[in-house]
Amino acid sequence: MDASLPPRLEVVGISKSFPGVLANDHVSFAVQPGEIHALLGENGAGKSTLVKMIYGIMQPDAGEIRWDGQPVVVAHPRAARRLGIGMVFQHFSLFEALTVLENIALGMDAKIPQRELETKIREVMQTYGLTLDPHRIVSTLSVGERQRIEIVRALLLDPRLLIMDEPTSVLTPQEVDQLFDVLRQLAKEGCSILYISHKLHEIKALCDTATILRGGRVVDTIDPKVETSRSMAEKMIGAGLKDIQKPAGRAFGGEKLVVKGLSMPGEGHFGVALKDISFSVRAGEIFGIAGVAGNGQNALLLALDGEVIGHDAGAVILDGEAVGRENAKQRRLRGLCTVPEERNGHAAVADFSLADNAVLTGRDRLGMVISGMLRSGVARDFTGKVISTFSVKATGAGATAGSLSGGNLQKYIMGREILQNPKVLVVSQPTWGVDAGAAATIHQAIVDLAVAGSAIVVISQDLDELLALSDTLAVINTGRLSKPIPIGDVSIQELGLLMGGVHGEAPTPPAEKELADVV
Amino acid sequence: MKLKLEKRPEPSRLMLYASPVGAVIVTMIVGAIIFSIIGYDGLGAVYQVFIAPVATSYKWSDVAIKASPLILIGVGLAVGNRAAIWNIGAEGQYVVGALAGAGIGLLTQNATGPWILPLMILAGIIGGAIWGAIPAWLRTSFNVNETLSSLMLTYVAIHLMNYLVTGPWKDPTGFSFPQTPLVTADQTLPIIIPGTQIHLGVAITLVIAVVMWLLMTRSVFGFQIRVVGSAPQAARHGGFSHKQTVWLAFLLSGGMAGLAGIFEVCGPFSQISLGFPQNYGFTAIIVAFLGRLNPLGVILAGIVLAITYVGGDMAQSALQLPNASKGIFQAMMLFFLLASDILVRYRLRLVRRAPAAVSATVPERSAA
Amino acid sequence: MSLDYLIAVLITVVGASTPILFAGLGELVAEKSGVLNLGVEGMMLIGAIAAFATVDQLGNPWLAVVAAAAAGAAVSMIFAVLTLSLSANQVATGLALTIFGTGLSTLIGNNFTGRAIKTFEPLFPAALASNPIGRVVFGYSPLVYFSFIMVALVAWFLRGTRAGLILRAVGENDLSAHSIGYSVTGVRYAAVAFGGAMAGIGGATFPLVLTPLWAEGLTGGRGWIAIALVVFAGWRPVWLLAGAYFFGLLSTFELYAKASGASWTSILPSEAWAALPYLATVVVLAVISASKQAGGNAPACLGKPFIPSA
Repeated sequence: MDASLPPRLEVVGISKSFPGVLANDHVSFAVQPGEIHALLGENGAGKSTLVKMIYGIMQPDAGEIRWDGQPVVVAHPRAARRLGIGMVFQHFSLFEALTVLENIALGMDAKIPQRELETKIREVMQTYGLTLDPHRIVSTLSVGERQRIEIVRALLLDPRLLIMDEPTSVLTPQEVDQLFDVLRQLAKEGCSILYISHKLHEIKALCDTATILRGGRVVDTIDPKVETSRSMAEKMIGAGLKDIQKPAGRAFGGEKLVVKGLSMPGEGHFGVALKDISFSVRAGEIFGIAGVAGNGQNALLLALDGEVIGHDAGAVILDGEAVGRENAKQRRLRGLCTVPEERNGHAAVADFSLADNAVLTGRDRLGMVISGMLRSGVARDFTGKVISTFSVKATGAGATAGSLSGGNLQKYIMGREILQNPKVLVVSQPTWGVDAGAAATIHQAIVDLAVAGSAIVVISQDLDELLALSDTLAVINTGRLSKPIPIGDVSIQELGLLMGGVHGEAPTPPAEKELADVV
Repeated sequence: MKLKLEKRPEPSRLMLYASPVGAVIVTMIVGAIIFSIIGYDGLGAVYQVFIAPVATSYKWSDVAIKASPLILIGVGLAVGNRAAIWNIGAEGQYVVGALAGAGIGLLTQNATGPWILPLMILAGIIGGAIWGAIPAWLRTSFNVNETLSSLMLTYVAIHLMNYLVTGPWKDPTGFSFPQTPLVTADQTLPIIIPGTQIHLGVAITLVIAVVMWLLMTRSVFGFQIRVVGSAPQAARHGGFSHKQTVWLAFLLSGGMAGLAGIFEVCGPFSQISLGFPQNYGFTAIIVAFLGRLNPLGVILAGIVLAITYVGGDMAQSALQLPNASKGIFQAMMLFFLLASDILVRYRLRLVRRAPAAVSATVPERSAA
Repeated sequence: MSLDYLIAVLITVVGASTPILFAGLGELVAEKSGVLNLGVEGMMLIGAIAAFATVDQLGNPWLAVVAAAAAGAAVSMIFAVLTLSLSANQVATGLALTIFGTGLSTLIGNNFTGRAIKTFEPLFPAALASNPIGRVVFGYSPLVYFSFIMVALVAWFLRGTRAGLILRAVGENDLSAHSIGYSVTGVRYAAVAFGGAMAGIGGATFPLVLTPLWAEGLTGGRGWIAIALVVFAGWRPVWLLAGAYFFGLLSTFELYAKASGASWTSILPSEAWAALPYLATVVVLAVISASKQAGGNAPACLGKPFIPSA
């Protein structure tokens, strides 16, 4: 990094607000040429909004953006690309039914004939060690491979600033190492990197500087190689960290959930098939299932809760009863409650009130129905109980689910299921997109429910979360489940290999990894 | 300064109820302008179509008996549409219901007794339900788009009616006109308000509408319909079967359309002729939307659309306006309602442009 | 069954298929961009009356085709504004458009009942079309040849051009297309306008190619068949051509039944022949929709409103 040159990118006093929320409040920081600069903050801190303005998707309400020292207006993503800013989004802008080559062509502003484009793509892939077949249809690719399309697309621009938005949440540990190699090479060639994340150990391993955002404001700009994880976490969250209270040495009860040889065909066109899944969970035990997105997590949840019904009654055994051919309503009556990963439209209905959302899953277990008619008083009372027990910030039982923030809605949904006193609770991605405060509440509630005697299954992409919560751990990959391992015997390297397993890549020897102490 | 659409934190109840009223008023204004441009008396047309039927007391009976089938079919469609199940074939179910009931009527032509009329009515309901069951079966077993299948079946139903009415069911004493024999006295719906044509079917329709409203707001079935329409995955998660919902919606709306059909045969028409289809099945779609898919709203909307039916006739005799012009007003009401729908979720705001950062142009990429 | 008779049948079938082909092509493009427009029947009727009125008043059938396309596109804009800019429900808006188009065309057409118009001059010199083989190749109305050209153009556009790629992308994943920087709404407006123009030309085919008279509702539900056709063509233009001709063939049975010249059709009443195309549509839809393959070809965003998340 050459200190005599002006910063590659500088934002000065940037502010942006939406109805009801101030997303960015006078944010200022600078990224030097060739620097890997982290933008650190928890969910809801304002990182995505800030970066969307740098890339021209939105305009700031106030403040200035400077490029190479000169003030600029980035009116549109095309203008950003012309400046030399490339962006790899957290949620990919890909077209499943089209090929890799067509997807890249769509992302280019210049109209390059396909054959010439293909040659260029192969050159870039060779330079940075990325492998992809340009003629494959995107729907057949793994998530890590799809991200490579986005990266190649950005690299073809010959970027001078590359923005990466939470890139590693969908990668195995080995894929993360490969990505870091690519980024370090780019930085050495003079490209600046703006790396958005909330994962402290990655930022410590990769980045030169970190700007910490909290509640839309810059808290500090620090050197992650020097600063401790704990102080970074505290700056990110703002309050004293609370560790999860988990009583040690608990005894587990009888088997509450036994899954034996569960197999399901893939749902729809792009669905993952489940192959011969077997595991069991005892009363009081928290069973964690790790895995990168797209390996059958949702399919597993649907097969367990009865939304998709199989042929084998004995594939799912609940407290001794074979329920494999029963539907969701019947399984719920037996004491199986679930929380799917998608809050909006699956676990809850955004347009419905919180009370109606309680009716959605709780009506049979909690006596909200009498001769086909709803008892709205019972629903309201229950909703009130959930709101107060889980400190859900909402205007009342009549508030629509869509009016709650992500964290509050997730707390409500978890609370709704937990207060039904299930024998078995299966949750998928319990704290995805949720702020740290709500995440802590949810984690503690899960542990408390286990201590009270329920059997719990937690499916998550977040290894840190699983390591903190689980008593036993397994990995799901392309619809298969690995052998369950007691938490004391787990190693990150082995987990990473299991997660990356079937993609045909020879796993590179993993770099040194420590378990970071994070929330 | 420019106009911006900003999402409301909660949907606006005021706009929900005000927009249908607004849609009707705007239709009257814009309609008057359009008709004047085409060369007719715009204001006069609007008066005849919308105001005259209300202002002329002896037309009220007419409005009531036309509102009845619109409300009955509209309520059935409102339930289905709430579940995002699109039954476009109500006209066909209406016709088949009428045919089924009329068929029983032909069989019992020479019989007497109080059991004949209820039997015909039951046949009407079953006939409509069966015709509605076909698209339901196609959707649940073969994933056929129910909009297309129910519509295709409407054309089939009308051709079936044409065949029966010009052939096997033609009235032998009817001077070779293509029509069925008139219904007998035992097969006629009694008039409930003396001095008018308002028959029992009208009262039954209102009762059904109120019952459906109670079901939609208070019962699990109503909840099921609303969830399936709002969030099908959440519905599945909550234990509701989409296939079962499709069947229920079609059997219900088909049955109600069939009931409306037999009411017309045993009431105002007294027979089936080539002119039997009055487009009630299609207009009821407008009624359902204008009534905001709520059975009580459908009652009001049905009255409004019935006014345009009667008004269309009045405009034809008073101004020589072709009867098809009412279709234009009806469609416009739906257009304006759909257009104003967005104001329920979003509000219009005037915003100042953001103070731009100091720069006019984006500098070109300099050499590294 | 003389050769002349067969050729007459062939020409009738071609005539009956052409309107469905035009309307189907237009709806195919609109649906490929993610928009489901059920107003095809209404747009066809508007096109038909626009064409009829233009020829009746100005005497030029070519101008009539342009007028039909313009009228269809104009009326499709009502649909576009409601569904694309105001996020209205696409099914309801399409139905409203059909009811509106039906009413408006009847109202305007009222002034033209009973009048006959002149249609196209033959495109090729009469000598070419004098013998039977020549008639089969050269004897059609110019609109028929135009319909074949349009099939080729639409197929090439979708697969071989960048603009077609962008259109397909918008229909597959509107949020991604928006993130990259394409105007989803702009692309869809254009696609809907194209659909309206083609539906208009399809409607114009009725007076200009089939029967040079005006009748209320003369399209008789062909617009709906065109929409169904897009589904069983799997959103592919060449299959659309095959499907349109299949239905053209089916709908001619009714004509022959009514004409009572052909005795074989009297095994069924004429109304049964009239209902045949609609029943066949339902059966083919069932076969096609049941197969997993067809479902996979539907543009993923079909019928869903575009809501850019902030």
